[in-house]
Amino acid sequence: MNDTASEKQPEAAPIIEIVGMHKWFGDFHVLRDIHLTVKRQERIVICGPSGSGKSTLIRCINRLEEHQRGDIIVDGIELTNNIKNIEKIRAEVGMVFQHFNLFPHLTIMENLTLGPIWVRKVPKKEAEETAMHYLEKVQIAEQAEKYPGQLSGGQQQRVAIARSLCMKPKVMLFDEPTSALDPEMVKEVLDAMIELAEEGMTMLVVSHEMGFARSVAHRVLFMDFGRIVEENEPEAFFHHPQHERTQLFLSQILH
Amino acid sequence: MDERDVADMDEIKPPKSQTGIIGWIRQNLFNGTFNSILTVITLFFLWKTVPPLIRWFFIDSVWTTGSEACYTADGACWSVISNNIRFILFGLYPHDLQWRPLIAIALLVALLAYSRDRRRWRRSLFYIWATGLFVMGLLMKGGLFGLENVDTTRWSGLPLTLLLSIFGMVAAYPLGVLLALGRRSRMPAIKSLCVVYIEMIRGVPLISLLFMSSIMFPLFLPEGLTINKILRAQIAIILFTAAYIAEVVRGGLQAIPRGQYEAAESLGLNFPQKMRLIVLPQALKIVIPPTVGILVSAFKDTSLVVIIALYDLLKTTQSVLSNPKWMGFSSEAYIFIAFIYFICCFSMSNYSRKLERELGAGERH
Repeated sequence: MNDTASEKQPEAAPIIEIVGMHKWFGDFHVLRDIHLTVKRQERIVICGPSGSGKSTLIRCINRLEEHQRGDIIVDGIELTNNIKNIEKIRAEVGMVFQHFNLFPHLTIMENLTLGPIWVRKVPKKEAEETAMHYLEKVQIAEQAEKYPGQLSGGQQQRVAIARSLCMKPKVMLFDEPTSALDPEMVKEVLDAMIELAEEGMTMLVVSHEMGFARSVAHRVLFMDFGRIVEENEPEAFFHHPQHERTQLFLSQILH
Repeated sequence: MDERDVADMDEIKPPKSQTGIIGWIRQNLFNGTFNSILTVITLFFLWKTVPPLIRWFFIDSVWTTGSEACYTADGACWSVISNNIRFILFGLYPHDLQWRPLIAIALLVALLAYSRDRRRWRRSLFYIWATGLFVMGLLMKGGLFGLENVDTTRWSGLPLTLLLSIFGMVAAYPLGVLLALGRRSRMPAIKSLCVVYIEMIRGVPLISLLFMSSIMFPLFLPEGLTINKILRAQIAIILFTAAYIAEVVRGGLQAIPRGQYEAAESLGLNFPQKMRLIVLPQALKIVIPPTVGILVSAFKDTSLVVIIALYDLLKTTQSVLSNPKWMGFSSEAYIFIAFIYFICCFSMSNYSRKLERELGAGERH
């Protein structure tokens, strides 16, 4: 596992480019001067203490949050206030949430086919075949006709991953995908994410799963007080953290 | 859990003294001195009231006699109903043509019964209803296909009550949902318009709206232009009910977690899709109980149109009672129309419970 990072070199053209981006919540300066370039097929893990702005950062990328200064360019399109077709960009950017956010009134199958049918205008039958394909991939095909409330947390999160994949996104964002799970369910979700990584998906993952970061990420970012404090390849990041705050944070979570 | 634990869990039955009829009575009626006294008092009260009521209702009552027999009878005079049933139900509608509203009502009941099953809620049902409503309107109004024209001023009784209430509910519901969405809109103009509308309508009683529609509103119309009186009352009822539904629906919208909106947005759904497919189905389901409460009270509130001299079910009944022959038998007449109202309202709440059960399937968290 340890050398997946070196095996697959990311392609050249960046899919996400963030330049000098700032964001405020009221008076609170939550993101400060963020610069980040994500190449296609690159996998980045973002970690940092709570309140450091890491979730807000990835939520800005599909504009669930609006930034106030600087530029965010996703797949060649700049995110601005008067953007007309934000839906077009969101369709290309999959997102997995901490609390799954499956639609409780729809079956698993309906959860998965909703986006493709209504946004991508895929015929229902084709959408269902795609959905089945991804459900098999995350190993819960037999649950297709159940409702989200009937599944365990780990299963729900795998459904959420499959739901995003059904849109055939160019990037996947993960917002602490395992932190709301019971400990015994973390692995099944991480396994699904590792498999996705091996297929070359571009991924931005906010997570404290250091084992996952080590085996899958090309780069690890450490954020604190709204800034990207340090970024490096996983080996160097974990063994030789440069910044004092990074050292402190790693010592706290790795014991 | 290992196998040993499972094997140890023997089924234990509840103690004998708490089962069976005797057990039930002891547990529920005579557990303690205070409850025993209450039980005895209640039994005494029932013994004093129920038998006389049954005697008045069924045994000493007269059913199909003339009014003279009623004055000598000890029990209820149901003859007031049986002798005037056609006027109570159909009011001023021409006597020979009353088969037409009768068929219209039967058609309505049939349509409602057909629509009970949620599996039939497809596009075709919409066309079935459109056709059904057209046929009902045709039966009531006439003037086509050799049916004699009946002026709307003669529409009265049960058909009028059903017309006002069903159209009132059907039109008020979507309007209320739109108002609720408008009140949560980010666009200040739309938002304040909806807030002003909702608060103004909720701030006045329905009676004053009805008065305004029937007396004040025509004053503002250019001379010679009149709008049908029933239509005006109908619009007042719709506007009134919609404001209440809007607030209930808004409560439902607020109960939907932010994550649902975000998940819908991150899939690329636009605003109408997000609302229609994700938010409203969940929000409207949550607020079924209060919504039905409003619809039931809207149904009963249609009886207020008596004050603007529309002959609804209540008014036709009152007219019968003002006939010297039948004066003094108001209990019987009012019990009868209360029964009609009850049937309608009870079926509504009954159906809403069924719907809630069905929609709730598999949605545990």
